[in-house]
Amino acid sequence: MTQALPSEAEQDQVMEISMGPQHPSTHGVFRMDIRLDGERVLRLKPVIGYLHRNHEKIAEAASYLAAIPYTDRLDYLCSMTNNWGYALAVEKLAGLTVPERAEYIRVIVSELTRLQNHASVVGFLLQDMGASGTPLMYAFREREKVMDLFESLSGARMMCNYMRFGGVRVDCSAEWLSQAAKVVAGFNGFLDEFERLLTGNEILMARTQGVGVLPRELAINAGVTGPGLRASGVNYDLRKVDSYGVYGRFEFRVPLGEHGDVYDRYMMRVLEMRESLRILEQALRDIPSGPFMDPKARLRGLRPKVGEAYARIESPKGELGFYLISDGSPNPYRYRVRPPSLINLTVLEDMCLGQSIADVVVILGSIDIVLGEVDR
Amino acid sequence: MDQDLKTELSKHGIFATTFEELYNWGRKNSVWPLTFGLACCAIEMIATTMARYDLARFGAEVFRASPRQADLMIVSGTVTKKMAPQVVRLYNQMPEPKYVISMGACAISGGPFRDGYNVLKGIDRYIPVDVHIPGCPPRPEALIHAFMALQDKISAQHLTGESRPRHLKRDLPSEFQVPELGEHGLEPQQNDEVFRNPLKVLQG
Amino acid sequence: MTLEEIRSRLEAFVPGCHAEIVVNGSPSAQNSLLIDRQHGLQAAMYLRDHPELQLDFCSNVTAVDWPDREKAEKIKTKRIVDGVEKEVEETKKTTIPGYLEVVYHLFSIAKKEGPVVLRMHTANRTDEVTLQSLTPVWRSAEFQEREAFDLFGIVFEGHPDLRRILMWEGFTDHPMRKDYVPPPDDDLEILAVSEPGA
Repeated sequence: MTQALPSEAEQDQVMEISMGPQHPSTHGVFRMDIRLDGERVLRLKPVIGYLHRNHEKIAEAASYLAAIPYTDRLDYLCSMTNNWGYALAVEKLAGLTVPERAEYIRVIVSELTRLQNHASVVGFLLQDMGASGTPLMYAFREREKVMDLFESLSGARMMCNYMRFGGVRVDCSAEWLSQAAKVVAGFNGFLDEFERLLTGNEILMARTQGVGVLPRELAINAGVTGPGLRASGVNYDLRKVDSYGVYGRFEFRVPLGEHGDVYDRYMMRVLEMRESLRILEQALRDIPSGPFMDPKARLRGLRPKVGEAYARIESPKGELGFYLISDGSPNPYRYRVRPPSLINLTVLEDMCLGQSIADVVVILGSIDIVLGEVDR
Repeated sequence: MDQDLKTELSKHGIFATTFEELYNWGRKNSVWPLTFGLACCAIEMIATTMARYDLARFGAEVFRASPRQADLMIVSGTVTKKMAPQVVRLYNQMPEPKYVISMGACAISGGPFRDGYNVLKGIDRYIPVDVHIPGCPPRPEALIHAFMALQDKISAQHLTGESRPRHLKRDLPSEFQVPELGEHGLEPQQNDEVFRNPLKVLQG
Repeated sequence: MTLEEIRSRLEAFVPGCHAEIVVNGSPSAQNSLLIDRQHGLQAAMYLRDHPELQLDFCSNVTAVDWPDREKAEKIKTKRIVDGVEKEVEETKKTTIPGYLEVVYHLFSIAKKEGPVVLRMHTANRTDEVTLQSLTPVWRSAEFQEREAFDLFGIVFEGHPDLRRILMWEGFTDHPMRKDYVPPPDDDLEILAVSEPGA
């Protein structure tokens, strides 16, 4: 993994720098120990743990219900999908079913989450590249619309704490659904505008094409998931593979990349937003009426039978898994989060070797990490 | 000068002020925050600077990446024990006058993660905090409120006399002890020069 | 392929390997394979490279701490009480020695199947905590095994870069273990307890 060291004559040119944990473009408190020859990266070791706030230990001491607000704070851009991953794991562990209406609401809020996450990611990526302000401003303008929807549904902008095992916490009104439909209808226009600004942009292409190439085999072996894996040409989307929830009923494509470079990863995000809009249109059209909670689900004092369950969903970052072991008591014996952000970082060094230091920032931005999830 | 007289004069096109007022007016409207995000609250901090909430209206849109150029540290998120030395070091690197907003429940007390073995129970154990905003995370409006509270605090400062702020008192420190990462946790557990332990305060 | 078939093939094709099916009682019915600790690496290679399995994607790696447990059993014995033979119930306590466990969740991207769950146990929780690292087989285990080393204290033999990952170098505890006690903080919780009377 590490390249051969330069000869002794070159040794004095080798520089070791520590980038982070406070750095304007490291997406939170992420640090890299980088060895440089001029501008070329010879070695890169991620140093993490600066936001390790003991999510797993705290959840093992709390009841099954009490862990849900903590999942909000894992990947703090996508609280809804985190809720879903956890709820799905508990449902598997305790054998709960989810009413149909709740499944549709889950799809709607999760795809809205994906929209705002991908828009923000592209904004942050461009910010790191030096396009100071404008793309991020556009992205956050759209994000605020989604935040408003979440707020009127759950009461909170970011930390929604919305899903429960066996359904969702509150029903959504017809008015909310029509509001959501309005946001969805307007989003395509934003994407067109965004793409006019970015997709063919010469600077963007020069900075991203051929940079940070991730080969297909390495991507699979290193457990990369989500848009990063699909940018390398692997057709693996859990919404299709597992068809969890009601995803089997919707018509959508899985966009695939060819080169596995930063530009492909950027395009994945844009194309996935378009597909999310298609899913949203179908879900908003087909949502049935009915209960939104399984009446048999016990939220308080849930004591699943002795056993274990692993459940995973396609979060905007990749495969978000929850692994729970129950010993029959009201709190999980083992509570584990499979964080896509952390595992996608495994190949950061491989993607950066031989690239220039300025590209490291771009490559990191294209992986899309959130430190709350990397460190938990 | 009497406030009513000043208002009356201004109606006649005469602007009267003191050096202190002018100085504080300039300072409070050009507070440059440090680009420094720790956790969830950082996203709300970014949202605050964006088009809808527009922190630029208060003269604080210039986020500086280097602590040497920053006046304000917004501690936006959970401070872990592993991160605490870096936070204190960054604070020490900022030039006076410098201010700290402790944003969110975690930065104030550890918040929901208080029971964690790697979580610091409030950044005020190591550095002085000017404004606390509760919330998990606080809304952008709350951050703007905190910022306005800080502006009020700045404009009320006197440049002379006993009540003058810390940066005008030569004998007061502007750097604080950086805690060390020990075998089981941080050493020391708090800086007694800074931290007002509520337990001891209540006990007298 | 069913788990039983996988098990018998592993034992047949990996010499000396001993695998055992651990039944999962929950509705998820995700049963797992317990591999002995000498053959973890070979078994993993076999599972990844077998054309019918192709478990090319190791998704989740984690550790579980199982401290010493006391198992109470009620045994009926016959005793002579007051000259009469009676059946008496006695509780017999046995200590099950503790161990650390690693769990691997494997999937196949090529065949879109899974999960196959692998488990391995260490000999005990104190001095014999070494297991074979599966990072040479799946790179995705690299950071996750480091995490298990950091938080649980499992030493992975053959790991290319086994260092602490979440806590700092110089930290000596393993905080995810069940018997970990954090250092006493000068905490304000005392206030909440003492306030009503004061």
